[in-house]
Amino acid sequence: MMRRLAGSRLTKLLASAACFLLPAAAEAHLPAIGLGPIYDGVFHLFLSPEDLIPVIALALLCGQRGAPFGRRALWLVPLAWFLGGMFGMFWGSGRGSALTCVSFLAVGGLVAANARISLPVLTVVAALLACFHGYLNGAGINRFDDGTYALLGLALAVFVVVALFASLVVPLRQQWTRVAVRVAGSWIAASGLLMLGWTLHAAR
Amino acid sequence: MKRWRGMAPRRLLAALVIMLCHVQAADAHILKGEAVSFLSGFKHPISGLDHVVAMVAVGLWGAQLGAPAIWILPVAFPLVMAVGGMLGLLGVPLPGIELGIAASAIMLGGAVMLRLRPPLALAALMVGFFAIFHGYAHGSELPAGENGLLYSLGFVIATGCLHACGITIGLVNRGTWGKRAVRFAGAAIALTGVFFLRKAIA
Repeated sequence: MMRRLAGSRLTKLLASAACFLLPAAAEAHLPAIGLGPIYDGVFHLFLSPEDLIPVIALALLCGQRGAPFGRRALWLVPLAWFLGGMFGMFWGSGRGSALTCVSFLAVGGLVAANARISLPVLTVVAALLACFHGYLNGAGINRFDDGTYALLGLALAVFVVVALFASLVVPLRQQWTRVAVRVAGSWIAASGLLMLGWTLHAAR
Repeated sequence: MKRWRGMAPRRLLAALVIMLCHVQAADAHILKGEAVSFLSGFKHPISGLDHVVAMVAVGLWGAQLGAPAIWILPVAFPLVMAVGGMLGLLGVPLPGIELGIAASAIMLGGAVMLRLRPPLALAALMVGFFAIFHGYAHGSELPAGENGLLYSLGFVIATGCLHACGITIGLVNRGTWGKRAVRFAGAAIALTGVFFLRKAIA
């Protein structure tokens, strides 16, 4: 018994000593090592509210209108984002901050108003918005440095966000839950309006 | 139990020593213009009592009026407030901002106190009118160097949370005592408005 206890202590001691002998930089921080272009694209979406919020607003809008709209957006938005990004990467330049505000305002306003738009109209709105934001992302990506993979990561992240938020809203039936979605749209539209004011203020 | 009492501090100490041997820079400081902007935007409406009481009054009145006002007012208010914020950002002159904000507390608090039930369009118009003054004050006070989007999101969300507080308090609007409590809250808000009006005039 005593011998077993002593052995156990020795094991613990050796394990502790090994811990002391192995200190090394964790290298867990993204800026230090990077996670590759696909993850850079994924993280870009989640760290850029100016891109993330319009995607959420679009997903909320599709969710409000029902499952067929959600299914349409699920594939259309990432694809349009990727194609817009490719176009921006090769031929794009500059930033469109004022137009970004308009996308907040337009989609947030549609969600706040619970607008009963048809599937073709939603398809056009979603494709235009995704192409525009993808274009802006693509314009900021270096095409000689795995830019296509970064755009792929972005499109995958967009797919996930659309899937999550649209599927969250589609089954909502209680009035207060539908109102909460409209309030979220109102906040997004209000932020867009303020951003527009901010942009015009900065341009003066 | 005794065995655990003896072991826990030793294990904690060992874990602490190991952790101290691996200390690295945390890199936990927020970057300028990032989360700071959201927090300063969020703090802005809740740091001024004049804004707080008016926003809570909107929620209380919505709860008192019931559906559909309870959800139309919180949806409409941020949008109209943003219009006011935009006017403030663009420097469009709007006289009597402080008077308008104080009057909003008096009128909205008074409406709750007196249990006024005007037509929905009139209630929305009144709330929207006062939202312009609150938004203008926020817009004209936006500090330079902040991230516009995060700041805007912060203060819009904080305003929405204040409405939600008002609506939640308004849920007691049932039974004699509950209704009296809500009316009393309205009276307190109106009195606060009078205090701010006196301050604005002086």
